Amino acid sequence: MTWHDIWTLAEVKSGKLHDVSYELLAWGRSLADARGCQLCSVVLADEIDDTELTHLFKYGADVVYVLTDPHLSHFLVEPFTKALVHLIERYRPEVFLAAATTTGRTLMPYVAVKVHAGLTADCTGLQIDPHTGNLLQTRPAIGGNIMATIKTPEARPQMATVRPKSIRLNHEQNHTDGMIIHVDSPGKLATDRMRFEAFIPDATEEVAIEEADVIVSGGYGMQTPANFQWLSRLAEPLNGTVGVSRAAVERGWKPYSRQVGLSGKTVAPKLYIACGISGAVQHLAGMQTSENIIAINLDPNAQIFQVADLGIVGDVFEVLPALVYKLENNQRKVESE
Amino acid sequence: MRIVVPIKQVPETDQVRMDPETGTMIRRGLSAIINPLDLYALEAALQLKESHGGAITAISMGPRLAEHALREALALGCDQAVLISDRKFAGSDTWATSYTLAQAIQKLQPVDLIICGERATDGDTGQVGPGIASFLDLPLATYVDRFVEFSPGSLRVRRMVENGGEILWMKLPGVLTVVKDIAHPRFPTLLSKLQSKKAQLIHWTAADLALDEDALGLSGSPTRVVKIEKSKLSRQGEIIQAFSPEDIDRAANRIIEYLQTLHFIDERAGKTP
Repeated sequence: MTWHDIWTLAEVKSGKLHDVSYELLAWGRSLADARGCQLCSVVLADEIDDTELTHLFKYGADVVYVLTDPHLSHFLVEPFTKALVHLIERYRPEVFLAAATTTGRTLMPYVAVKVHAGLTADCTGLQIDPHTGNLLQTRPAIGGNIMATIKTPEARPQMATVRPKSIRLNHEQNHTDGMIIHVDSPGKLATDRMRFEAFIPDATEEVAIEEADVIVSGGYGMQTPANFQWLSRLAEPLNGTVGVSRAAVERGWKPYSRQVGLSGKTVAPKLYIACGISGAVQHLAGMQTSENIIAINLDPNAQIFQVADLGIVGDVFEVLPALVYKLENNQRKVESE
Repeated sequence: MRIVVPIKQVPETDQVRMDPETGTMIRRGLSAIINPLDLYALEAALQLKESHGGAITAISMGPRLAEHALREALALGCDQAVLISDRKFAGSDTWATSYTLAQAIQKLQPVDLIICGERATDGDTGQVGPGIASFLDLPLATYVDRFVEFSPGSLRVRRMVENGGEILWMKLPGVLTVVKDIAHPRFPTLLSKLQSKKAQLIHWTAADLALDEDALGLSGSPTRVVKIEKSKLSRQGEIIQAFSPEDIDRAANRIIEYLQTLHFIDERAGKTP
């Protein structure tokens, strides 16, 4: 049997599909149309309702392969790998995409080794080569300074992780139905070498920076941790979250989990507002693919202005309060109307 | 306990400036350093060794130049350094690199724990750590930010995930990839730096390892780079000076207008007083 179809890996938390599952389908849909094949979503979970699975059709899936097993309740690399290797060997997908989340970035390299597949990390562009039918995978490298296009000429499946938030969801009104295939578990998925014991949610209610549509970031120029309240106040009416540069993390102002940059998280939100961030290469690498960038910095030569769509040269402690007060005043007016 | 830390030598990308014309890195005068994220793996290994005993082997696959990174690892307190170098390894993608490193680690057995940095700052894939675990068929915990408990034969760690942390128990031998929160990297002392310059490194070539020749280098790599382009860096941004009170007001209004046009805020909230 030849390798065929485009597969995407859905992510499930407590019986619900995570948004990245739908983003992958947006990527997969155009690939499947170009290749003239089916788009299939793979769901691994301890349990999940068929009604929840039908959402996948609305976002473009033709087929849903679902494999449920009590050992798939939380992500552990070994049971998930066993399940995926079983599915890959049985159905032989030509392309297999996962989100570049902590799950995808762990599972895909482990699986790729087992099935001897080519794997490209953190792609921001995917296309089918019209001549060969190969998947062309584009990704930033060397700190985002170059874009490399990579293919897997022979090995199958062609595997890739795709950066979350790098595509708009593709909600199709007339694509509402498809086939759900329940696949039996390949024997024992349990491992005695690893146990999931607990999940401890972050104390803060802030959205994880890699999942936020709007990020307001502060750097060394914010001077003290207390000044970050201005960033939170700006983020609030924008439904955004606060990020930081490495300089701020190293001074202990904010935790590493909120660091944007080469040695932190790579983010590509719809809007990135950089406040008091000079824009070292290391920081730019983590945010330069954001859709819209606003920068506020005192130094007119700061590199951050090279990537900004709108740059304000001025003192962040003058511009930011002026902006925040205006937004808050207007907000109050709107609410009192 | 025997710990192996795979490290990579990368170009120093930290202090570089961007060329405003081309948008590329100005690499002149850049030195090669240990991948900064590997320093956290080394520090984690050193702290485990200090509290529980054992020995650490740093291992690197790369050209002769990677000796520098390995000597730095020795200066920090690693007991042994192995450089695996061969023309046959050239052009390896993450699959072939993981395979080669896994085979070299196999030669160092018995190994209890392999600690990797989260990813290298040049290739930026984060695939080699999990790849090594898969080739050696070992349990794997990625994005580890804390050791919760260590007992002979097992480890309890905290793994950083989106919006929280997971507590995982792992039987050893196993593989970890660690993030920055795991530890603060130390600096080598002057004396240890001098000593490491004279230290003997272990050099292995393809012939020293039990390798399947078809799995090496470019020919053993499933992926191929088709093309490389400079990424478009500069945007034709609008720049506003905001120093006088009037200009600050104007700048704030312009930002609000921008946010409004792109529908980040309610159009009415964009009304200026």
